[in-house]
Amino acid sequence: MTDAFPSALAGPSSKERKYDRQLRLWAASGQQALEESRVLLVNSDGPWGNQSTGVPGVVGVETLKNLVLPGIGGFTIVDPAVVTEADLGVNFFLEEESLGKPRAAETCRLLRELNPDVEGTYQNKSIAELLQQEPDFLAQHRLVLVSGPIKRSSLDALRKAAEALNIPVLYTRSVGFYSTFSLQLPATFPIVETHPDPETTQDLRLLNPWPELAEAAARVNNLESLDDHQHGHVPYLLLLLHYLEKWKGAHGGNAPSNYKEKSEFREMVRSSARIKNAEGGEENYDEAVAAVLKSLNPFTLRSSTQEIFEMEECKSPKPESSDFWLIASAVREFFQQHGVLPLPGSLPDMKAQSADYVSLQNIYKSKARKDVGEVIAIVRRIESQLSARPAHIPEKEIEIFCKNAAHIKVIHGRSIPQIDGEAHTSKAIRNNINIPDSLVPAFIAFQVLDNIITEIQEGTLPSESLDDEAAWTAQTDRLMAILTSDDPSAIDEEAREHILDATQELRRTEGGELHNISSLTGGLVAQEALKVITRQYVPLDNTCLFDGVRSRSEMYKL
Amino acid sequence: MASTVSPLRWKHLHKVLSKAGPFSDEDWVPGQETISALETSKVLVIGAGGLGCEILKNLALSGFKDIHVIDMDTIDISNLNRQFLFRQSDIGKPKAEVAAAFVERRVKGVRITPYVGKIQDKDEDYYMQFKIIVCGLDSIEARRWINATLIGMVDPENPESLKPLIDGGTEGFKGQARVILPTLSSCIECQLDMHAPRPAVPLCTIATIPRQPQHCIEWAHQIAWQEKRKDEPFDSDDMDHIAWVYNAALERAKQFHIHGVTFQMTQGVVKNIIPAIASTNAVIAAATTSEALKIATSCNPYLDNYMMYAGEEGVYTYTFEAEKKPDCPVCGNLARNMTVNPDMTLQEYIDTLGDRPEAQLKKPSMRTEEKTLYQRFPPQLEEQTRPNLKRKLRDLVEDGQEIAVSDPAYTIDFRYRLLFT
Repeated sequence: MTDAFPSALAGPSSKERKYDRQLRLWAASGQQALEESRVLLVNSDGPWGNQSTGVPGVVGVETLKNLVLPGIGGFTIVDPAVVTEADLGVNFFLEEESLGKPRAAETCRLLRELNPDVEGTYQNKSIAELLQQEPDFLAQHRLVLVSGPIKRSSLDALRKAAEALNIPVLYTRSVGFYSTFSLQLPATFPIVETHPDPETTQDLRLLNPWPELAEAAARVNNLESLDDHQHGHVPYLLLLLHYLEKWKGAHGGNAPSNYKEKSEFREMVRSSARIKNAEGGEENYDEAVAAVLKSLNPFTLRSSTQEIFEMEECKSPKPESSDFWLIASAVREFFQQHGVLPLPGSLPDMKAQSADYVSLQNIYKSKARKDVGEVIAIVRRIESQLSARPAHIPEKEIEIFCKNAAHIKVIHGRSIPQIDGEAHTSKAIRNNINIPDSLVPAFIAFQVLDNIITEIQEGTLPSESLDDEAAWTAQTDRLMAILTSDDPSAIDEEAREHILDATQELRRTEGGELHNISSLTGGLVAQEALKVITRQYVPLDNTCLFDGVRSRSEMYKL
Repeated sequence: MASTVSPLRWKHLHKVLSKAGPFSDEDWVPGQETISALETSKVLVIGAGGLGCEILKNLALSGFKDIHVIDMDTIDISNLNRQFLFRQSDIGKPKAEVAAAFVERRVKGVRITPYVGKIQDKDEDYYMQFKIIVCGLDSIEARRWINATLIGMVDPENPESLKPLIDGGTEGFKGQARVILPTLSSCIECQLDMHAPRPAVPLCTIATIPRQPQHCIEWAHQIAWQEKRKDEPFDSDDMDHIAWVYNAALERAKQFHIHGVTFQMTQGVVKNIIPAIASTNAVIAAATTSEALKIATSCNPYLDNYMMYAGEEGVYTYTFEAEKKPDCPVCGNLARNMTVNPDMTLQEYIDTLGDRPEAQLKKPSMRTEEKTLYQRFPPQLEEQTRPNLKRKLRDLVEDGQEIAVSDPAYTIDFRYRLLFT
């Protein structure tokens, strides 16, 4: 039969072949989101006084490299710097001929070589200037990357403008062996395709089977009469349902509910396996025994989903609400009606005859389809109640939501954290700083550096040197005073020493970047950018620190 | 072009090498001596793929001047989404050569020597010339080989014979970087079970009761091809071959009412494709080269000894000291316990060694202290020991007895103590 097959039918396109290894992670939908996005990189904000040309910007370029390769739609580099000798020793996307030329143009040119599908442009101006001169400039971008430290006024202008346009911002600094970055997301950032570990997502409904599933289980009634082959191929799921009915008969209609009862039940299943057969045991029974503890649990709503259902936007969506909230609202109604979420409909592989497995799979698939149908009906009703919705939400989108309903997530975006900014930032810092091995001291050291750069760029620091002892002491003292204003004991002696150590390590390179640390950080930042743009997987909330001295990282919500 | 490079070129790097930090060793002497030590450290990179391209770039921009790279592969279109030293026009050329030439051209003053071939082609004398070895491989077999080779090279009388091995690996959004000091710290073989192979689908499922689209693909690949085209060796890089398997799988799936066979899945199953992206490679490669810089210069303490990374949910790393196992078959001195069913035949036991996470030996030969149980080469010995394959373990060895297992993929013997269930 196979001889008749035509060859090379439906083979992948050259684009699919080029992106094959990533399409297996975020699929065509993620790739499309990527290709429709333009990213802005603000890679420096002018020199630091007359002694330094400013941010080396390696981490920014390395981040872009990791976005150009997978095929982002386009990028814009904003960087007023001119290529210096020191740039050539740390930045791979510059060459000998780049010396003395605008860094924005040179890095743009060499990054574009990586992928002909990607469009790239540059601006040799400062971002503050651009924001003023071209009001539409920022809105062309879906994400903003900022290489710091940059002066406070520029950062504030940029992050506020981005916030107003709902554009996420990643603010990164890489100095010596340390780096940090923070992600500023819109006030609510929902994610449907969170890609949880498949092991944790099974939803088999063994304790509350719907009629079709219960019927299928009821057909397994006289196991004793089956021959060894048939007996060894009853899908474990039906075995469990069968023995559950038996158990319930002997226990007043109740399923095993605690560990002791489940262990007894497991023993009951185990002892029903045939062991005098040729194989000396039965795989389907082994699978059933192994599944008892993890599968016989009543349906519970995860607290993160519960919280989403409690949000005002979910309870009463508005005409301008995004599709996410309308579907979430419909799913909430479905949950209130049925006490469960729409069935995801996937079935793990199990020992079974092909036909039996497929028919069991169909029972799960049909139920999932029916649930989706119900949710679609609710969505349509809500749409009609909300006037001024432009178009129906596509069924495909509702289906994907239902499949992922148990693991949806909403991140509440926060501004780029600053110690003298919002109260929650200093509170989170105080809560985490005295923990052994905390990397919060390094965050404080970076804030000190930010402030010194601001002073240098604004001309308020007399020495203009990044290694000025007095400036570091003054800024460290100032930030410590803010953090301990209510409670002088909020930062213990050890944490103070750690802050001092971290500032020493940052001063060692005088704001300079090490290629390894910037490359590593560029990988991490790009990963977050990809998650934000594709709206798949779960992005950082909201600050990451990397310590290259000890080769470790931490996340903090600051 | 001037042959000397301005001292300003390495300004940032030289600052951390010329000035002690709060975490650098008290006895460390920063300055020119350290910089010279770095510039004269010869380093070997194994693999010029996703990790290797990054590693070469990072080492060159970390001040290493004499870098060697080994890779046997040629460039494929599916490499271009992350292997940033390669272009469309490079497809089909050897990775090691193209990567080396690119980095040499871009970074002035670095010399990169490529070798297109297998690591097994080289002997101890070759490996002895390097100060550090950095691995960016996707094959566990190659990792085990270099690990065992470097451990075998250690001569307690000669400190230069101890070559730090820095190993990186990635899969999708996950990865790990580790530092191995041969014989002193935990090695690849100590944690072999962390590289457990995917459990294979039983042959009877593939042959008679497929349930998943993957089962149909395995059938087309392993069974249908053998039946219909047994005279042609299957080539997983040949699109026509993949298309044939895809169509055969599709037909079988239709027969069993199984949905979901796609071309992409077919390729994934027959080539055992692991998802790979630029960003994860960047993270792991830079983690390994940062350790190389620290080891070569002592400018900061190096990783002791394992960093795990996962990027699906935020940024997660876990840094810990992996344990050196006294019963490690390579760096330990005790035999590793292995529980076996004494009623298994020797053949059945041999078959399980390929899948057991702690062994993963595909073509084992074995002996006890007294006798040879099974020996693949030479043919006379194979013939002599073949009858043992049908005998039960309990008739060949005693409970608790030690056996030595060899495999053509490795130069050393693995010692196991067989414990009967």
